Amino acid sequence: MKPRVGVGTALAVVAFLTFFLGPFLWQVLTSLWPDGELTRPWPSHLTLESYTSVLWGRPFLRVVLNSLVVAALTTGFCLVVGSAAAFALAKLEFRGKGVLLSAALAVSMFPPIATVSPLYLILRAVGLRDSLVGLALPYTTFALPLTLWVLTSFFKQLPDELYRAARVDGCTPFQAFRRVLLPLAAPGLATTAILVFIFSWNEFLYALTFLTTPEKRTVPVAISLFASEHREPWGEIAAASVVATLPLVVLTVLFQRRIVSGLTAGAVKE
Amino acid sequence: MRPLEERGEARDGAARVVAVEPVRKRGGRGSLERERRQAYWLVAPAVLVLAGVALYPILAAMWLSLHRFILVFGEKRFVGLGNYAYLLGDARFWSALGNTAYFTAVAVSVELLLAVPLALLLQRAFPGRGLLRAAVLVPWAIPTVVSARLWAWMFNPDYGLINRLLLGADINWLGAPGYALHAAILVDVWKTTPFVALLVLAGLQGIPEDLYRAARVDGASAWRTFRSITLPLLKPALLLALLFRSLDAFRVFDAIYVLTEGGPANTTETLSIYAYKTLMRSGDFGYGSALSVATFVCVVVLAAVWLRWLGREEVAR
Repeated sequence: MKPRVGVGTALAVVAFLTFFLGPFLWQVLTSLWPDGELTRPWPSHLTLESYTSVLWGRPFLRVVLNSLVVAALTTGFCLVVGSAAAFALAKLEFRGKGVLLSAALAVSMFPPIATVSPLYLILRAVGLRDSLVGLALPYTTFALPLTLWVLTSFFKQLPDELYRAARVDGCTPFQAFRRVLLPLAAPGLATTAILVFIFSWNEFLYALTFLTTPEKRTVPVAISLFASEHREPWGEIAAASVVATLPLVVLTVLFQRRIVSGLTAGAVKE
Repeated sequence: MRPLEERGEARDGAARVVAVEPVRKRGGRGSLERERRQAYWLVAPAVLVLAGVALYPILAAMWLSLHRFILVFGEKRFVGLGNYAYLLGDARFWSALGNTAYFTAVAVSVELLLAVPLALLLQRAFPGRGLLRAAVLVPWAIPTVVSARLWAWMFNPDYGLINRLLLGADINWLGAPGYALHAAILVDVWKTTPFVALLVLAGLQGIPEDLYRAARVDGASAWRTFRSITLPLLKPALLLALLFRSLDAFRVFDAIYVLTEGGPANTTETLSIYAYKTLMRSGDFGYGSALSVATFVCVVVLAAVWLRWLGREEVAR
């Protein structure tokens, strides 16, 4: 088809771009806006003041590090546990397969609030309530089902002949998984890792509930509690938000295709 | 989205078994047995984790909801269905349920209505399509809490962008009862329309090009083509989006907590917010658990209704 851009298309593109990018750009502008001038319609000049005060005047770098740790722990854990299970789900015959996939789907539909009270009591009982490791555990509630679905669909795309050839050559199913199929599933693992990382980085309810000391907070919790006594520090909030978001925005733009294929893995295509 | 895949898998699964048979025979019965055993070992950790972080907590929450249990007092006493009896007469519960249902219904409808034209646009070839594709993913990648903060700033009654664009209108978006819930809906629409559009786009790409060519040959108008070809064939994708988005919207917490914490006058309080406040602010684990179990039950009912509808669509095709 020849690309023919009508006025309608152009208008629609501009409208959607403005709606989806506008608020984010406004946030970036706010973060560069001199602090005393927020009441004015337009800034007289741009400044990095808000960034310096957020990064050095507050424990924000610590908070970013916390989020990195929790997201990395969750991602690593899910990939190890999830890839083995996803391989078995995609390539081996065993009873209860359908049940397991449906169960994973059902778990991903749980409202997180439904599991908060027992998880709180468990984490408190084992002394992991205010810890980053303790937070990575409940994160698997939403991250593992996601991992299973995305990776299972990736393993299914690898030809069955590979698995059978490895078996004929004398590999056990586990060796076939580790030596032959796992390396080939690397792109799938990368996609899964990006998705789980983003979801863990963004999670709020569990982090708000299970972390109590300010130094342990993750990025979303810190940003939600970013008020000072007299007024909302909008410039600093904007700067912190940009710092917390920019890596994700870059990641998303770079791996756009991967993310889309992961999100719609096995979705509407039959 | 997933159930379809599962069914597809079962279909070609049958074909695969036939093809695999000769190899298996050579391997003998023992090999098949061994394969099954290893399969169980491979899935065991995942099963254990899911049971531990999801199944057990749900059951435990149900058990807790049968107790009067105030955390700080350490008081824990079995009261049977007492919490649920209280819940049925609790006006705040009903208003939270109403708010949640309203939020879900309006947000998901608007998202679907916006996502279809967006997906149609993303499917067309035009210069800058890559940019638009990347741009629409930006709101999706931004943490909900951050997007809520960002919108809270734009909703600021004194110098927020929205009132400025409305030429100095003086609307207290987050502080006025009629406006606040709609403001929260707008934040949700901004954040998740891209995701819905991607699901719809995947559906669009599954429609055979021949059908459009045939329609062109028959001289069908663009609108007619959309109504008679695109929309019916897109229905499964739309229903899946409806299923996923409505279950997701029903458990809304982050955006509303940051925007209004349920205020003004509880007009934006959803089930998750009310349950959270009861659990973590009042420390009432018994009633809080009952509220969270009630949220869970609503989600299950909603899922059952949608899945049934989806199943019927599948059969009809």
